[in-house]
Amino acid sequence: MPVHVYLDANATEPLRPEARAAALAALDLTGNPASVHGFGRAARAMLEGARETIAARFGTRPADLVFTSGGTEANTLAISGLGAGRRRIASAIEHAAVREAAPDATILPVDRQGVADLARLAALLAEGPPAFVALMLANNETGVIQPVAEAASLCRRFGAHLHVDAVQAAGRMPCDRAALGADSLALSGHKLGGPAGAGALLLAPEAAARLAPLIIGGGQERGRRGGTPPLPAIAGLAAAATATASTIDLAPLRDAAEAAAIEAGAIVCGAGAGRLPNTTCLALPGVKAEIQVIALDLAGIAVSAGAACSSGKIARSHVLAAMGLGDLAGQAIRVSLPWNATEADITAFARAYQDMAARLCRRAA
Amino acid sequence: MSGGVDSSVVAGLLAEAGHEVVGITLQLYDHGAASGRKGACCAGQDIHDAKRVADHLGIVHYVIDAEARFRRAVIEDFAASYAVGETPVPCVRCNQSVKFGDLLTLARDLGAEALATGHYVRRIAGAAGVELHRAADPERDQSWFLFATTTEQLAFCRFPLGGMASKALVRAEAARLGLPVAAKADSQDICFVPDGRYADLVARLRPDADAPGEIVTRDGVVLGRHQGVARYTVGQAKRLGAAALEGGERQVVVALDAARRRVVVGPRAGAGVETVRLREVNWLVPPPPAPIACTVKLRAREAPQPAEMRALPEGGAEVKLATPALAAPGQACVFYDDSRVLGGGFIVIPQVDGGAAAAVSGADRGGVAQR
Repeated sequence: MPVHVYLDANATEPLRPEARAAALAALDLTGNPASVHGFGRAARAMLEGARETIAARFGTRPADLVFTSGGTEANTLAISGLGAGRRRIASAIEHAAVREAAPDATILPVDRQGVADLARLAALLAEGPPAFVALMLANNETGVIQPVAEAASLCRRFGAHLHVDAVQAAGRMPCDRAALGADSLALSGHKLGGPAGAGALLLAPEAAARLAPLIIGGGQERGRRGGTPPLPAIAGLAAAATATASTIDLAPLRDAAEAAAIEAGAIVCGAGAGRLPNTTCLALPGVKAEIQVIALDLAGIAVSAGAACSSGKIARSHVLAAMGLGDLAGQAIRVSLPWNATEADITAFARAYQDMAARLCRRAA
Repeated sequence: MSGGVDSSVVAGLLAEAGHEVVGITLQLYDHGAASGRKGACCAGQDIHDAKRVADHLGIVHYVIDAEARFRRAVIEDFAASYAVGETPVPCVRCNQSVKFGDLLTLARDLGAEALATGHYVRRIAGAAGVELHRAADPERDQSWFLFATTTEQLAFCRFPLGGMASKALVRAEAARLGLPVAAKADSQDICFVPDGRYADLVARLRPDADAPGEIVTRDGVVLGRHQGVARYTVGQAKRLGAAALEGGERQVVVALDAARRRVVVGPRAGAGVETVRLREVNWLVPPPPAPIACTVKLRAREAPQPAEMRALPEGGAEVKLATPALAAPGQACVFYDDSRVLGGGFIVIPQVDGGAAAAVSGADRGGVAQR
C-alpha cells in the first residue's frame, strides 16, 4: 500500500497530542477518586477538574454531568434513565446507539436533505402526553446538522424531554447544551480526539434530579453511574474538548475532496443542508458502497460506508434510505476528515477516488 | 475465505509465494438467525476465524454481504427444487451465482489477476484453453460441484489445493503456516442448515412441499402416508414406514409426484434407469456434434461410470448409461474424459408414462455432500 490516508474521523478521531499528554499523566497517577487519603484526593481533583472543563465547554453545570464509558452508554442512560414510561419519538437518522435503545420509538422523518421534519414533530408532540424526543445534533453519515434549537422550543411548549446525541457534532460546531435548550446531551471522548473509554451525559438541572441510573454499584457520579471512573480516558476527553476550539477549519479541504469526487461522477448526499465541516457523503451511482470502501482501502485511503456490523459487513445505510435516496443508499461512502487532515491527504484521496470511479463506473455502465 | 482449513491454506500458500493476497469472506446468511440463538451476532465463528487467519498472514481481509443474492439464488432455489420433487445441489447454485459470479466480478473490479479458492479440483492450461480436472485426491475431489463453471470463469480461477495428495497434507501445511484453524473440523452438511434439518427450512419457505400425502407403487396402489415430498429423494429407503417392504421386496423411492403429493416406491432391484435427460448443461469442451463415449457421475461421491452422451438443443443433453443406475432429479450429472470434466447438467424429472413417473436413485439421501 503506497499511502495511508485516514479519512474516517467520524468512526474515531486520531488522538490529539493534548489528550495524549493528559491521559499519560493520569495513567501515572495512583489513586481512586473515592478514597479518603491524599492519593484519592489527587485523583479526585483531576476528575473534578475534567468535569468542570467539559461542563463549561458544552454548557452544563459540573454537577449535572455524568461520566460514562462512551457515547453509546450516554445515549442508553438518557433513554432508559429519563425516557422510561414516556412515549418516545426518535428521528429516522439516529445512530444505532439511540435506535436500538428505543426500538419502540415513533419515527420522525427527514427530508431529502436529511433534515428532520419539524412540522411533523410538532404534530407528533401535540398528539399525546409528554414525550421523550431524540434528535441528534449532526448526523454521523452525512454530517447534516439538525434544527435542534427549534426542536427544543417545540419540546418545551409541549412539555417533552429533548435528548440530543451530540457525539459527532461536539467539537466540530458550536455545541452548548443550555444554549440549544436540550434536556440531555451525549458526548463521546474518542470522537473528539480523546482516548476511547470515556463519554458523558450532560443534563439540565431538572433532568439531573430525576435520572435513574443504568449501572448502580459503588455510588460514583452521585449515584448516577456506578464504577470507578477511567481517569486517563476522562482526562484525555477534557483535554481534547479544549483542543477542539483551536482546530483548523476543515471545510475548504472537505470541499476540495468533494469537488474532485463530483468531477468523477459522485453525488453529494445532503449537500443542500448545513453540514459539519469535516464530513461528506458521496454516492457513486451503480457502484456498491462496499466495493468502493474496499477499492479505496486497497489504494491506501481509509473511508467507511453505512453501518459496519461487527462482522465487517456493510449494511445499507438507514440514514440515506430515510432521505429517500433509494438505490443510492447502498452506493454511498462517508469521507470524514480528522482534525489533522492535510492538503496532501486530499490530493491522495482525489487521485484514488477518480481512479476508482473510472474503473468501477465503466463496469457498472 | 470461509474460515475453514482449505481456503486458509490457499491464502497462506499464496501469501508465502509473494502474491498480494486480498482475503474475501462472503456473508451468505445470518448466522444468528440460522443457529436460532436470539441476539446472536449475524457473523458466525467462521467469519471470525477467517479474520484471524488473515491477521496471522498479514493480508487484508473483507467481508462481503451476499445475503440477498444467496437467499434468492440458493436458498429459495433449494426450497423450490424440493417443492417440485427434485433433490437440489445448493453448492452448485452457490458456485454459479455467488462464488464464480459475484465474487469473481468483485475480484475483477478490484483489479485482481486471479480468484483463488480452496476447491479440490485441478485447472490445467491446455493447448485449446483451460481445462477442469478431478483433484489428485479422489476422496476430496469436488469437480462434480464445479461442472457449471464456465471456461471464462475457469480462466480467471486458481485452485492451489487440486494437486494435494490428501487432506492430511493440507492440514500439515496449515500447521506449518501456523494457521489458527489448522485443527478445525471439516464442515458438514448444507452450510445454511447448520442443524441438518433442511426439511424444516423447506417447509417454512414452501409450505406446499410440507403437506402430507400418499406413498404409492408405480401402479398407484397406496401403501402408506408421508409427511411431505420434500422429505424424500429418489433412491431413499428410509421414512417409508410400512411401505418399506412390499411383496417381500425392499422398496425405495423411485419418483416424487409433487403435483399429486405422491411418493412413488418400487423394488430396490430394478429402480435404476438407462437414460437420463439433462438441462442447463454447461460445456467445458465444444458441444459434441455426435454421441460420444465418456464416464459420468450422477452424484457427488461415486466412481465415474461408463456412458454415452449427446448434446441436445437448448442446453439439454441425453446420457445413456452402460449399466442402469439411480438418478435423482435435481442432482448433477457430470461428464468426464478420464480426469477431465467435459461438462454436465442437472437431471430432469423423467416424462410421465402411464400412471407414475419412472425414475431412479442412490443411497439413502443423495445430495448433501458439500461444495
